Order: sequence, then structure tokens, then C-alpha cells
Amino acid sequence: MTTKSARTFAVGDVLTGRPVEKVTRTQIVRYAGASGDFTPLHHDEPYTVALGNPAVFAMGMMTAGFLSRALDEWFGPGNLVRFKIRFLNRVWPDDSLRFTGTVRERDEAAGTVTVDLQVLNQKDEAVIGGEAVARV
Amino acid sequence: MDVQPSGTPVEFPIERGKIAEFARAIESPESVYFDREAARAAGFENVPAPPTYAMVSAFFSGPGSRPRIDIDMRYALHAEQEFEYFAPVVAGDTLTGRTRLAGQHEKQGRRGGTMKFFVLETEYTNQRGEKVLAVRQTLLQTAGTVKE
Repeated sequence: MTTKSARTFAVGDVLTGRPVEKVTRTQIVRYAGASGDFTPLHHDEPYTVALGNPAVFAMGMMTAGFLSRALDEWFGPGNLVRFKIRFLNRVWPDDSLRFTGTVRERDEAAGTVTVDLQVLNQKDEAVIGGEAVARV
Repeated sequence: MDVQPSGTPVEFPIERGKIAEFARAIESPESVYFDREAARAAGFENVPAPPTYAMVSAFFSGPGSRPRIDIDMRYALHAEQEFEYFAPVVAGDTLTGRTRLAGQHEKQGRRGGTMKFFVLETEYTNQRGEKVLAVRQTLLQTAGTVKE
């Protein structure tokens, strides 16, 4: 059994994660190396600009990785049952990201909570929406 | 369309150094990803894989591991991603991933053209044959470059 969070989670509670103040190309390249995602759209600026994009943009899974850091913060590592994300807008260098979770339901019998997830950029646009189920 | 229903099974060794590298890339402050003793104190047998770590397998496995799909990667976007966790995955484990094309459909784009959706599902079992993880990925091919 892994260590569980000492927090209590009530329906309607809003949880926040540590923000990313400013997305950098260095973060994107480090994530490329760690994940093996060398899709050139994410690191080769001339390539991606030639295709009509203003700049390189972050892998959706990099932002999802930062979101998973918030899940670990709330529930403790190893307590996830399910984690689902939808990619809604792209994340660009210099964007700032905020992470929130809203407790939608508690399942007392299963000992789990379901949380609606959102990642917002500095323009308050949702870049990721999703949900997680975690043991609490 | 030339579609193979399943890719070939892929071996995915779970390595402590690679976990730490991945955890650094997502700037995780959790000591369990970096320190075996911290992991054991938290109830893991060894350093655990972070929640989205299985993405590493998708990019480091060789050709044929994924079913061939008719998608132009220049215009491909990642639309959705889902992870289901059945049992802990820790350093020292060897997973086997099997990926299949779980679904595909087309939709008319709002700005004209056809958008194609592909759902790839990978099931991972560990060295004891236990199902530990299922990953579903939805890829979208846009009609052209997405305009912001």
C-alpha cells in the first residue's frame, strides 16, 4: 500500500497545483530527450515555421506530465486509478500554466474520488481538460 | 486504407535512471522517483514510474510496435490520452506492451476538409504476467496546418 494524502477531499473542493511560470524551449527539449518524442514540430523551429506555425510548441504530454505532478501533490504517488486528458489548445514558449482539479464525486465504497482537471494558460484558455480517479 | 490491427509486442524495461530523467523533465519534486529508500518508505518495492511514464515506451520502441495507420505526421495532433492503472510499475520490472488500433473515424472539419481520428490502445503486462497498465491514445490528422 502506498502512502496516501492526509488531505480530505469533499465534493466541490478546488485543488491547485504548482504552476509553470513560463514555458521554455529548454523544458520542451528536455522533455523530448526524456520521453523520446523527437517529432520536429516540437524542437525544429525552421521546420515548424515552414509548416505555418509561429514557433515550436510543447508536446501535449509534457503539459500532461506537469499536470501529473499536481496529481502526485494532491493524492501522493501511486494512488491513481485512471487519468484522462483532452488536448484543447497548444502550449507555446513563454506561456504560463495553472493546474486545477475540482472534486466531482466521492465513492466511499471504493475509497476513491473523481476530479475534473483543467490546465489554463495566461489568457485563461483551457489547454487541457480531463479527469482523474484516485484512491484517497 | 492499409491498417494492421495490432503491432508486435514490445519489451519495456523499467529503469531507475530513465525514471529520474523523466521525473526531472516534468520537474517533479517527489523523492520517490529519485531515491529508492524514499520509494520503499512510501510503500513501493522500488522507484515507481510516474503517471505518464509509459509514453517513453511509445517513442523508444522500434518499427512495427504500433499498427500502421494512414496518418500524415506533419499534420497530426494528439487529441486525447488516457491511462488506467491496475498495479504498481517500479524500476526493475520488465513490461510487455501490445498496441492495437482500437478505433478510427472521420469527421468534417469546421473549416472544411476531413479530420481523421485514430485510437491506439496499448496494454502492458509485467514479468509476472499481471496486467499493470492500459494506455489509450487518440491521434487526429487535421485537414491542414491548424491556424491559431
